[in-house]
Amino acid sequence: MIAGTRPDAAAGPETGPAWADPRQWKRAGIGALILGLVIVIVFPLIFTDATVSNIAVQTVIFVAVASAWNIFSGYSGYLSLGHAIFFGTGAYAVGIIARDWQLNGSSVFALLPLAGLIATMIAIPLGLIALRVRRHTFVVITIAFFFIAQLSASNLAITGGSSGLLAPVPNWSPDTFNDPFYYVGLVIALGTIALSYLIRRSRFGLQLRAIRDDEDRAVGLGVRAMPVKLTAFAISGFITAMAGGLWFYFLSQTFPQFAFDPLFDLAIVLMAFFGGLGTVAGPVLGALVLEPVQLYLNLRLTNDYLSEILLGVLFLVIILFMPRGVLPTAGEFITARIARGRDDGAQGGRGE
Amino acid sequence: MSLLPDALVVDGITAGYGGGDVLHDVSLEVFEGKITCVVGPNGSGKSTLLATISGLLKPRLGSITFRGDSLEGKTPRQILNCGIVHVPQNHSLFREMTVRENVELGGYLLNDRALVAMRRAEVEQMFPAVGEWARQKAGSLSGGQQRLVEFARCLMLDPQLVILDEPSVGLAPKVLKAVFDAIKLMNASGKTILLVEQNARAGLRLASHAVVLENGRVRLAGSGQQVLDNPEIGALYLGGAVEGRTRAGGKSCE
Amino acid sequence: MTGLRGGGVSKSALRTEGIAKAFGGVQALSDCTIEVAQGSITGLIGPNGSGKTTLFNIITGYEKPDAGQVYLGGRSITGQSPQRVFAAGVGRTFQLTRIFPRLTVLENMLVASQHGRRRFANPLARSGGAAGRDRAMFQLEFAGIAGHANALAGTLSYGQRKLLELAYVLVADPEVVLLDEPAGGINPSLIHLISDRIAELNATGKTFLIVEHNMEFVMGLCHHITVLDYGSVVAAGPPRIIRDDPRVLDAYLGTGEDDDEPAA
Repeated sequence: MIAGTRPDAAAGPETGPAWADPRQWKRAGIGALILGLVIVIVFPLIFTDATVSNIAVQTVIFVAVASAWNIFSGYSGYLSLGHAIFFGTGAYAVGIIARDWQLNGSSVFALLPLAGLIATMIAIPLGLIALRVRRHTFVVITIAFFFIAQLSASNLAITGGSSGLLAPVPNWSPDTFNDPFYYVGLVIALGTIALSYLIRRSRFGLQLRAIRDDEDRAVGLGVRAMPVKLTAFAISGFITAMAGGLWFYFLSQTFPQFAFDPLFDLAIVLMAFFGGLGTVAGPVLGALVLEPVQLYLNLRLTNDYLSEILLGVLFLVIILFMPRGVLPTAGEFITARIARGRDDGAQGGRGE
Repeated sequence: MSLLPDALVVDGITAGYGGGDVLHDVSLEVFEGKITCVVGPNGSGKSTLLATISGLLKPRLGSITFRGDSLEGKTPRQILNCGIVHVPQNHSLFREMTVRENVELGGYLLNDRALVAMRRAEVEQMFPAVGEWARQKAGSLSGGQQRLVEFARCLMLDPQLVILDEPSVGLAPKVLKAVFDAIKLMNASGKTILLVEQNARAGLRLASHAVVLENGRVRLAGSGQQVLDNPEIGALYLGGAVEGRTRAGGKSCE
Repeated sequence: MTGLRGGGVSKSALRTEGIAKAFGGVQALSDCTIEVAQGSITGLIGPNGSGKTTLFNIITGYEKPDAGQVYLGGRSITGQSPQRVFAAGVGRTFQLTRIFPRLTVLENMLVASQHGRRRFANPLARSGGAAGRDRAMFQLEFAGIAGHANALAGTLSYGQRKLLELAYVLVADPEVVLLDEPAGGINPSLIHLISDRIAELNATGKTFLIVEHNMEFVMGLCHHITVLDYGSVVAAGPPRIIRDDPRVLDAYLGTGEDDDEPAA
């Protein structure tokens, strides 16, 4: 797990203090993971306050969104500023179908994968166009497509035009009203994290990351760039749409500028960069920190813009002092401490 | 070593980029009002030598003095202020600007617009062709023509030492004459020139004094003609030099 | 314009005929014809700007020639894309090493090794698989950098990157290997290692075409040397002939500006 660059210290705990042993770290990591899982599963049962669970639902949704965005943009290096297209498509897909098929309650959740599929059907032609160009132009194209999507939502009858759509309101107990949304969101979020991890260590992920580092060289070595990029784009869109559908159902309504929000992508980019672009846990951390902070500030501060300004300042501070994001910087710090611990142990003979 | 006044004295320079030394105990003199030429095969350290003189690389050992003043620790800008200009190897004109604008930019350190105009007129007199191309976009000129403009530009500050970094690079043989004639002209007007050249023969024919670098060391030195006629020069370029170079392992550099 | 040949009736592994290429107004290559004998180590030398890297780029598909043909073992590969040339069994390194800096050294190797997979492997499977990783580690050990397998490639020194490039050009087991300045910027003890490795690989049947400025390296390793100047071949033959050929010295020392004709 830790870069093995010191052959003389390869033996392990015998040559350094106990806390520097990578096996301990791995055990600690797995332990923390299990603990974390338990916490998130029982969270709503402990914190039953509606405001808190409200924030929790939106947070898990954004954990999923940030991770999904990272699967494409973080790994491939093609920064998409148009993922709101998928989010909004998901929202509208669920809204339109629920309305037309008159669905309510838990069955609406079944529409989420369908919303994902619809988004994928949009992602493929979009990707075929946008992914032909290099990454600088790509960003601009995604923004352009985003605006097309937003305008379409405003102007088509099926989407309710500028007045938007209303979601069906399920008949659940008010005490635990938010819980179903939370758990569905949690499943999506955990699934996305697991997928992100699997992709990163897979051949597919390797090809994506090679494309990010040097696309021409990767292509020269036989990596088929377009199918690889397109697949990541489609997966990312699928998940984002599911999250959008859930979000719409949770908030009970949407309208074009809300579902297709230009600040949406900026918020995700912030989360991913904050935690560490291209890592598995980075976007998760980013969403876990920034989304609750943003929502909390929105509640407490009457001036909407103040919360955004504060977020911007936080982002600036992170970018200036930890440009690769919190997790990579922390990781390097820990690795350096461990390496130093090994040195001390190796030099001092028997360690702690 | 000679009775000619020195403009630049490089003494015992050992320098490298962190991975080990590239130059080892290099010493040479550039004489006032003369053309001194440094040649050597690829990787011999010519660019590194120029980097140390221009202040871009700090040498580990040794000193460089210009007219008696040490250049140690000076920034590139300070070195420019001493009167040393450096014409880099890559074409460095602003392609979208006109030739005249490029030449005038050479005088950006001068605050006096009248002085800039006067200098520009002087260099255009020395290189009439540059005057003819005044309104053309610099990017539309050929490689050899761009070199002439670069020479004109470097004269705007009325330099005391002109360092030319492989001016012949990328130029077809037919064009070389114009470029080297221009160098002769600059020297004739009194400029001291340190010429690093890839085209060894052309550079050595032009120079009054020359040095051959190989593997970071000075191997041959003397007048331009002496070095040109020295039969060892072939061995330095094509391997098998006399000074008992052993295969890898004999070298002490990291 | 070829000089003496190395002798023997060996089949050519790689051949170019009459390659011409211009960039803007500059003729980088003109009527460039070289031949690399099967199983040989052939050196390609010449002063800066003589067109060596351009020729490499044309052979490996990174550039298309304005005129002329490239033959791999008799079959034309002129103008084919880099990945097709690579798939045909030609590997190359780059002068300014092109590695994937944010991937680990081992991952760099795995990217190069995945091109041969035609069957539909599980895309989410651990990259490389056990066999792939073992082979990659073997190549890394051969190149002498196995200890850095888990380090990010971007943290390697220049010399180590060169070794990595050498390792992963070999991962795909090419028959013909083009090396662009393998000894450039490397400390001398490592040059010995590289030279020995190339000779070892050559003994197993691989053909090498090497661009290099280090004359000792070239003269000591290559069976046959081709000299380029101003985009054309001025001499070709075994090292001992080339070293003494006056045209070669002309190419390196250049022509004085009084000569109106370029070196023939």
